[in-house]
Amino acid sequence: MGIQLPQEPTTTPLREVQVEEADAPTVQLRALDQLWFQVAGTVCNLRCSHCFISCSPENHSFWFMTRDEVKSALDASVRLGVKEYYFTGGEPFMNRDILGILDDALALGPTTVLTNATLLPSRTVDALAEMASSSPYTLELRVSIDGVTAEMNDAIRGRGSFERAVQAVGRLAAAGFLPIITTMQTWPDHETEAILADFRRLLGDAGYDRSRLKILPPLRIGAEAVRGRGYDEHERVTHEMMREYPAELLLCSSARLVTASGVRACPILLDYDSGRLGDTVEEAAEMPAVLAEQACYTCWVNGAICSNMPGFAADPA
Amino acid sequence: MSETLESLVGVEPEGRYTRVAAFGGVYSNHLALSAAITDAASRGAEAAICLGDLGAFGPHPDKVFPLLREHGISVVRGNYDDSIARGLDDCQCGYTDPRDNHYARLSYQYTFRNTSEENRRWMDTFPDEVRFRLGALEVLACHGSPRQTNEFLWESATPTHFLDKLADDYGADVIIGTHTGIHWMRMWGERRAYVNVGALGRPANDGRTDVWYAMLDATGEALSVEFVPVGYDHEALAREMRDEDLPEEFVETILTGWWTTCLEILPGKERAAGRF
Ligand code: SF4
Ligand code: SF4
Ligand SMILES: [Fe+2]
Repeated sequence: MGIQLPQEPTTTPLREVQVEEADAPTVQLRALDQLWFQVAGTVCNLRCSHCFISCSPENHSFWFMTRDEVKSALDASVRLGVKEYYFTGGEPFMNRDILGILDDALALGPTTVLTNATLLPSRTVDALAEMASSSPYTLELRVSIDGVTAEMNDAIRGRGSFERAVQAVGRLAAAGFLPIITTMQTWPDHETEAILADFRRLLGDAGYDRSRLKILPPLRIGAEAVRGRGYDEHERVTHEMMREYPAELLLCSSARLVTASGVRACPILLDYDSGRLGDTVEEAAEMPAVLAEQACYTCWVNGAICSNMPGFAADPA
Repeated sequence: MSETLESLVGVEPEGRYTRVAAFGGVYSNHLALSAAITDAASRGAEAAICLGDLGAFGPHPDKVFPLLREHGISVVRGNYDDSIARGLDDCQCGYTDPRDNHYARLSYQYTFRNTSEENRRWMDTFPDEVRFRLGALEVLACHGSPRQTNEFLWESATPTHFLDKLADDYGADVIIGTHTGIHWMRMWGERRAYVNVGALGRPANDGRTDVWYAMLDATGEALSVEFVPVGYDHEALAREMRDEDLPEEFVETILTGWWTTCLEILPGKERAAGRF
């Protein structure tokens, strides 16, 4: 499909940077539309076998962000004209300041939380609903469920996680939310339609009948490289592949990820040195993303898979 | 057309006005367009502008062109107009949901088949933006956003600081657009505003059959915006749609005011406010 580029530059010209990974193509930021926060670091109450950043209760390589840390990045986002905020982890609801943090973000713009929905008791759901209705901006809950039965889901996400997530989705729906259910594709393409229908039925039974579903392709890094498979040798992005490619389809052309220790190109390259672009949002916004990792290949094939919906970049279909 | 409408003319680029009617997506709803033109003229609009997406959704796309031409209404290029004029494969709405895409394809193919070569050529002359003065304010009229024709700016998903950056980057006090189909506005700072003028093509997902346009007034720096509901013979439109075998889901929207398709693109807040 046709992609429309802006008629005039929307960001100040970015300085050219010599990168270490001399062989890897780079992508400049067009505009900082999405600011992501690794708000729970790599700490999670689950230890899913497909987690591309291998989160678990013991993975402390990235620690929780404080409300103040988030706040100073939010201040920067106002100066930079950011369009939406995303909060991820690990499990964001393990961060004990999460409600205050979301409140701060919602005062400024649309906010999405990516959660496993196993830590959403009624009082948390009520607090979220209260917050959402008093903000002019949308609060999106993105809930990962990896299968239409406890058997399928729990094999990946751990025993009991299905039951808890489905119940939380019911509570969210009852509170007026329309959570976005994400699921990683672990089945062949021709089964997609049947699986989506099963999901609709499952969610309907849980009291959620206007379900929004999002299928994600596997990122073959972290735990997923062991569960599924790693990347083949040829699966990496080359200069040749970027020649005719509309770079605005890639998340790193319009997003940055803030963590408790530095700012990165995107939420996918959390664990890679090549992903680290600076200490501050402003710094990282000036640096181009380096497509040195094989996970970049998945983006190249699928576009901005991490966003709720295509934003500035057009439909990759 | 009747005598009373002669006062309504098109907004000229760089023109100066104090009262302008701004119409959003027409989606082939010629009955609503005609009603809106009459309404705007009767309310004393000096000029009118249409922010694009003439086709889609409704019946007989060629019927909207004579109305626009007759009144000299200027048109900004919408994503639909761009696609149809250039013969692209799809409407560039950027839907990702399979069901949304199915309906988008049906309506795009119908519209493409039924738009004359001459009208396609005319659409290809539409500019991406039109700038004019309203009172002392510099207005930028676009379809989606100033930076991208098919960018959705929903009320619940558009931060004020983001709009402020657009206003800075594009040197405008007031930005007006359409594309989402739901009207809303925000004013901030000394003299800045964004106005989504809504759409004439289909109701605003609010359970009423009226469609909406915006009347913009300014004397000096004081902007006032009125969203105007337009009643029209929606049952006649529904009959025409059925005669053309357009999907019953589209007809239902016209008759009930609730959107039934292309819903996955809505933010949760706007989606929750509708029925489906
Ligand atoms: S996939 Fe999500 S829920 Fe599972 S371990 Fe990783 S961060 Fe936790
Ligand atoms: S993983 Fe994707 S978003 Fe991140 S740098 Fe690579 S291509 Fe860009
Ligand atoms: Fe449009």
